[in-house]
Amino acid sequence: MSTLSIVYVVLFYAATLLFVVGVAKKILQYTRSPAPLKIPTTPAPTTTSGVAYRMAREVVLFESLFKSSKWTWIFGWLFHFGMFLVLVRHLRYFMADVPFWLAAMQPFGKYAAFMMVAGLAGLWARRFLVDRVRYISTPSDHLMLALLMGIGISGALMTFAAHTDIVQLKMFVLGLLRFAPQPVPQDPVLLAHLAMVAVLMIIFPISKLLHAPGVFFSPTRNQVDNPRERRHLADWAAQLEK
Amino acid sequence: MAAAPDFEVAKLTGEITVPKLREGAMAGIKAYIASEKIQEPLGFPGQLVEDWHDRAIGKMGELLKKYRSLQVFMDACVHCGACTDKCHYYLGTSDPKNMPVARQELMRQVYRRHFTFAGKYFPKLVGAKDLSREILDDWYSYYYQCSECRRCSVYCPYGIDTAEITMAGREILDSVGIGQKYSNEILGKLHRIGNNLGLPGPAILDTLEGLEEDVLEDTGIPVKFPLDVEGAEVMLVTPSADFFSEPHVESLIGYAKVFHAAGISWTLSTKASEAGNFGLFIGSYENMRKAALRIRDAALDLGVKRIVVGECGHAWRVAYSFWNTLTGVGAGAPEDDEFARKLQAQLDHSYPQPSHICEVTHDLLKRGVIKADKSKNDHRVITFHDSCNVSRASRMGDMPGGQFIIPREVIKMVANNYQDMAPGTTHEATFCCGGGGGLLTDDLMQVRVKGAQPRMEAFKDVVDNNKVNFLALICAICKAQFTKVLPYYGYKMDMVGGVHQLVATAIELPGLGAGPVEEEAEEAESEAAAAGDE
Repeated sequence: MSTLSIVYVVLFYAATLLFVVGVAKKILQYTRSPAPLKIPTTPAPTTTSGVAYRMAREVVLFESLFKSSKWTWIFGWLFHFGMFLVLVRHLRYFMADVPFWLAAMQPFGKYAAFMMVAGLAGLWARRFLVDRVRYISTPSDHLMLALLMGIGISGALMTFAAHTDIVQLKMFVLGLLRFAPQPVPQDPVLLAHLAMVAVLMIIFPISKLLHAPGVFFSPTRNQVDNPRERRHLADWAAQLEK
Repeated sequence: MAAAPDFEVAKLTGEITVPKLREGAMAGIKAYIASEKIQEPLGFPGQLVEDWHDRAIGKMGELLKKYRSLQVFMDACVHCGACTDKCHYYLGTSDPKNMPVARQELMRQVYRRHFTFAGKYFPKLVGAKDLSREILDDWYSYYYQCSECRRCSVYCPYGIDTAEITMAGREILDSVGIGQKYSNEILGKLHRIGNNLGLPGPAILDTLEGLEEDVLEDTGIPVKFPLDVEGAEVMLVTPSADFFSEPHVESLIGYAKVFHAAGISWTLSTKASEAGNFGLFIGSYENMRKAALRIRDAALDLGVKRIVVGECGHAWRVAYSFWNTLTGVGAGAPEDDEFARKLQAQLDHSYPQPSHICEVTHDLLKRGVIKADKSKNDHRVITFHDSCNVSRASRMGDMPGGQFIIPREVIKMVANNYQDMAPGTTHEATFCCGGGGGLLTDDLMQVRVKGAQPRMEAFKDVVDNNKVNFLALICAICKAQFTKVLPYYGYKMDMVGGVHQLVATAIELPGLGAGPVEEEAEEAESEAAAAGDE
């Protein structure tokens, strides 16, 4: 195997490890830190199933963002939903046998790349055009968008313009999964695409991308509004009663 | 209002617009700092400690472990900008550090530097900064330009609540010896004497006797204002402003008339003579708990069956959302929870514990136990201001959003002329009065007046187009704030009053058939003018 292939194999194992361990550690931290007071943003659901429904609306439809800013919502939702379709489409590289539904959704995943890139472009434009958003943007906000944009554009290029050897790509990915590394295709666009994906995985647990797991732990969204009916007491707060 | 303000007051247009940002517009604004005498009884250092840097970072680490909200909110923000035009202080001052995300970022920059990998190794890239004296000063300035109203949390896609961060910021500041005079002095009075105004028992008794005489004179009905009556069914816990300030006291008269007309035995308590709890404002769980325990103790001492809370926004948040946790006032404590069970066994659980006075009055009016002559309020065209803590941090009744419905229904059951303000300025989108969260002090007058602007715009709209002449409130801070701020915008302070002031006007008291005959207009005006001079 070429040095390049070895580099990519090591890169992906390292990236996966950092991603999984990093995110797991964060989730553990969120799970373990107590929420001593009932602070749901009201009106809030009074039942657990109601909270699940609220959270689903938040995660799938970006309900609060919709209330807040229609432009940010449109771009944000286009980007996220586009990326979701694209990610699902990519599952075929991880499975030896592609199930029917996955084969059937391929065209949707294909064109979703445009949703994703268009959404990103809109979000990025806001960082320049809206004075308030410009004020709060840090270099890392721009770099994050550049990275995602790079991933989206390089991916779309391979789908629509300069096709890459997807058979060999699948071998590479399955090789990683089976711990029997295979050479990586020597296509510069693909190599760039893969490198950027690995970087994204590595920075995920140490960046604002933590909003993805974070939203599920947000007490203002995941708490049931029942403080009068149930006594809610954190361990450290209970100690004060001793 | 005597002297002209030394800052510019916007001319109202009736519409809320988002201003272009003006950096540093409110940078010099600082609330008075608390003295040693104020700080130490609350368990805080008297002045800035020498090792403030390490202590502040240590405190931040402690809070991150104690509050999931803070930990998640520090991590989750993506700088999307959804909140940037939602804060009334940003809309009123155009200082970018009053945008919720920027206010959060004051703490987040330090969090990143000291608690995250990216901030430790790539500080410039992610905007991380070591805690400096300048940053600490910025914290003091801008964490006391936030009223913890939670409007931003409604619009954040991750529910990030700036109030949580403001509270943490204030707690860290307190822990290194920088406290705010206004909040901490009041909290000290509450711990020491039992209420925010520092009224001792005899003064309260004297006031209540005076009120009994006034109501008797006005109505011919001996409405009682009982104090410390053991065995009463209801203990009413209300902001101490209700005992002395205008228009607050009119609502206290309203509560008393409701209990009188319904024949419910009730009492006030000297020990629990304050519903407000500024422990919330400064983010101090220990102080908030200590203040709340007075209510528990008073309820146990008097053996009451129900606890009812008067018109006060943040007090209702603490009561509704936190009392069960802090003191056991509520229901549903597990069997091995002796602390809470002791009190919960005493309370009558056919009523929500605690109940809001609006819930009580609403229920009595609905069931026809008490009656109102709506025409008595015909000289008023009323609008209702949703108080932030009631709207976004609590509930009334048994369904989500009851906190919007119940006060409005009470108003509509005692008055004929009601007009809501524009959508987007009411319910959970309501704009803060501008004086909440510990900002109701003269040294922050500029912040208060400018922060009130969005609400004033919505108010102007209904005044101009619907002839509204009464701003109905259920919050002591809102009442004090609007009484003071309305004149800056060219309105008379007597447009402000409580929901139970309206109830007091229209309620039919048994034995009389018709309601009290009040020469409301002249009386309220002269009293309000007197209150404005204090």
